Amino acid sequence: MNTDLFGIIFGFLITVVLAVPFGKYISKVFKGEKVWTDFFAPLENFIFKISGIDPNEDMDWKKSMKAMLLLNVVFFIWSFAVLLLQGVIPILNPAKIAGMEPSLAFHSAVSFVTNTNMQAYFGETGATYFSQMLVFTFLQFVSAGTGIAALALIFKGLTQRQASNLGNFYNLFLKSCTRILLPLAFVVSIILLLNGMPQTFKGLQHTITLQGDTVNVATGPVASMISIKQLGTNGGGYFGTNSAHPFENPNYLTNMVENFSILFIPIALVFTFGYYLNRKKLAWIFFGIMTVLFITFVAINVHYETAGNPLISKMGINQSLGNMEGKEVRFGAAASAYWGVSTTSTSNGSVDSMHDSQMPLSGGVYLLDMMINALYGGVGVGFINFFVYIIIAIFISGLMVGRTPEFLGKKIEAREVKIAALVLLVTPFLVLVPTAIASYAVTKNPNLPWLNNPSFHGFSAMLYQFASCNANNGSNFAGLGINNYFWNILGGVVIFLGRFIPIIGPVAIAGMMAEKKYIPESVGTLKAESYTFAFMVLGIIIIVSALNFFPALALGPIAEHLTF
Amino acid sequence: MKSLRNVLGLHFTTLIMFGLLFPLIIWGIGQLFPRQSNGFPIYKDGKLIGFANIGQKFTENKYFWGRPSAVDYNAAASGGSNMGPTNPAYLSTVEQRIKDFMKRNPGIKRSQIPSDLVTASGSGIDPDISVQGALIQIPRVAKARGISQDELKKLVEEHIGKPLFGMFGPERVNVLKLNLALDNLSKKD
Repeated sequence: MNTDLFGIIFGFLITVVLAVPFGKYISKVFKGEKVWTDFFAPLENFIFKISGIDPNEDMDWKKSMKAMLLLNVVFFIWSFAVLLLQGVIPILNPAKIAGMEPSLAFHSAVSFVTNTNMQAYFGETGATYFSQMLVFTFLQFVSAGTGIAALALIFKGLTQRQASNLGNFYNLFLKSCTRILLPLAFVVSIILLLNGMPQTFKGLQHTITLQGDTVNVATGPVASMISIKQLGTNGGGYFGTNSAHPFENPNYLTNMVENFSILFIPIALVFTFGYYLNRKKLAWIFFGIMTVLFITFVAINVHYETAGNPLISKMGINQSLGNMEGKEVRFGAAASAYWGVSTTSTSNGSVDSMHDSQMPLSGGVYLLDMMINALYGGVGVGFINFFVYIIIAIFISGLMVGRTPEFLGKKIEAREVKIAALVLLVTPFLVLVPTAIASYAVTKNPNLPWLNNPSFHGFSAMLYQFASCNANNGSNFAGLGINNYFWNILGGVVIFLGRFIPIIGPVAIAGMMAEKKYIPESVGTLKAESYTFAFMVLGIIIIVSALNFFPALALGPIAEHLTF
Repeated sequence: MKSLRNVLGLHFTTLIMFGLLFPLIIWGIGQLFPRQSNGFPIYKDGKLIGFANIGQKFTENKYFWGRPSAVDYNAAASGGSNMGPTNPAYLSTVEQRIKDFMKRNPGIKRSQIPSDLVTASGSGIDPDISVQGALIQIPRVAKARGISQDELKKLVEEHIGKPLFGMFGPERVNVLKLNLALDNLSKKD
């Protein structure tokens, strides 16, 4: 039992220890300073040349957002077309898998372009090798690069004085892919490969088991996908059961490496803030705020998962292993709970155990985690979400002391606060309204083939689905039947809005702040590096999520817990 | 028009780099490590009988059994049950599994049965069971094979997968490897 806890504690500590210097490295990449990956420069320059891009061209917030959207539209069209047509593409399809139905192709394309990776298709039987590589693996790099580049724009905006330039989106995008994601993905892929994660193109492997059964075993180019799936907070797995599958997560070491990869860049980016703006103490304060909530969530879930299901205890079974439904023996209950909190904190969404089968309050923590969506958060976008909470906290503190709110020497005025408030309110709208529609549909027609669990848990599954779509997380209560028009289309729309509104809004705020005059700190300024401010931000996160979502959480996980 | 060229250029270059070259380079490196990059295949008499990390269905008394599987150990379509912890249908399934286990393992008390043996795994092809899960099957296997319980106990203990570096994670027993060793043991006698 203790070795289970050591695994978690060591895993988290090593992540933080390595994330700090990596955050510094990312800051150098953002600023275009000398780094060891400069050997990529000729390749990058070649790409810029044939694309007709001047990587030093200034872009204001509108121009960079236009570039981002246009690039993402191209990603979408490519992916949608390939998924529709994968059955007739003559190469890389040894298992003879057919094309996707249009609403499923739409959902899958939107989902992977936006870094969400919600999967309504089934990995082993629904995607060809061509799609796994040239749609999913590809998008796992570039969607992560998009998010990281957006954050770089914001950092630039916060340091500008009366200038509108946020940097060049194309340049930041490409370098995020080549210099941040690619080297890490390479190393992690090799580690995973050496531990028995397949990288083959051989198709289904025909085996005859010891007992004489005939079993076909799905394999494929797995190792190259799983590294970037985790590092880019994508989460979309090669196989149907994601990182619970022994080929996608062969042993406890790979589990630690994958869990490390889930948290690594999101945590590093918090420290990048500190190095980029030269506010290292503030970065540690932000890290502290996130970590207080993160560790609280881990503690709750480790407790409930290792304690086991009380209804099964009543059957007289030995529950020393904890709640093992939907879990793998090689990871155990504790590591699975730690992974669950990691994956929902960071909008990653890969799973090494089935969240649907976890204890009600564990599920509740995952929901809350996705509703906050800023405890480290998705690569780039997590800190962007956190930035929105900061703006609101500053605004409210300003109201409390009766001064114009300021952050980092810039006045935060009505326009910025309005945008931040709008972004913050989009979340409950995109989660609760569709959940209400789905619940209404279920009450009107109880025979809908959606829920595989009755009562409160069924409601939780639908709430989880939209919370995950909005947070661009991609994990779900996998018992929910989501491969149909309703979930594919409505889910796709929520995913799309949940991705781009929370990017464009904050980048706009940063663009506006960039153009403002710098005001030196005075006695009346609320110091950002202070406990008062830290508690303010923490309070805002808790109040906003609790107010918005408590009623829904009470109807789902809390109600289910009370039936014990 | 200029921005269209920009994004199309970026799209196709990154597509080739990350969607094609990256997987191929990893594949190329994997060729140096054929066992690993094929997922540790296991051959017996030249035939592929499985993979070390992919669980197989065992139902006969003479084999150690793995965990219940929601997909009946279909390694081409992995899956968990996704049953919620309070779902009555789920709870009766578990109760039935306990009864079935006790019927085929006479003398085993409920309190000895660890939860992994009566709950479905996440992947449906979990290769492992807990140490306790292996130990309580010894009397049944011993009887079916006519091997002494002590000898089996030794065999199980040899097959306990220790925590990583002795420090991290749970102990476990790989069912397929244990059963392979069991078959070899029987052959020798």
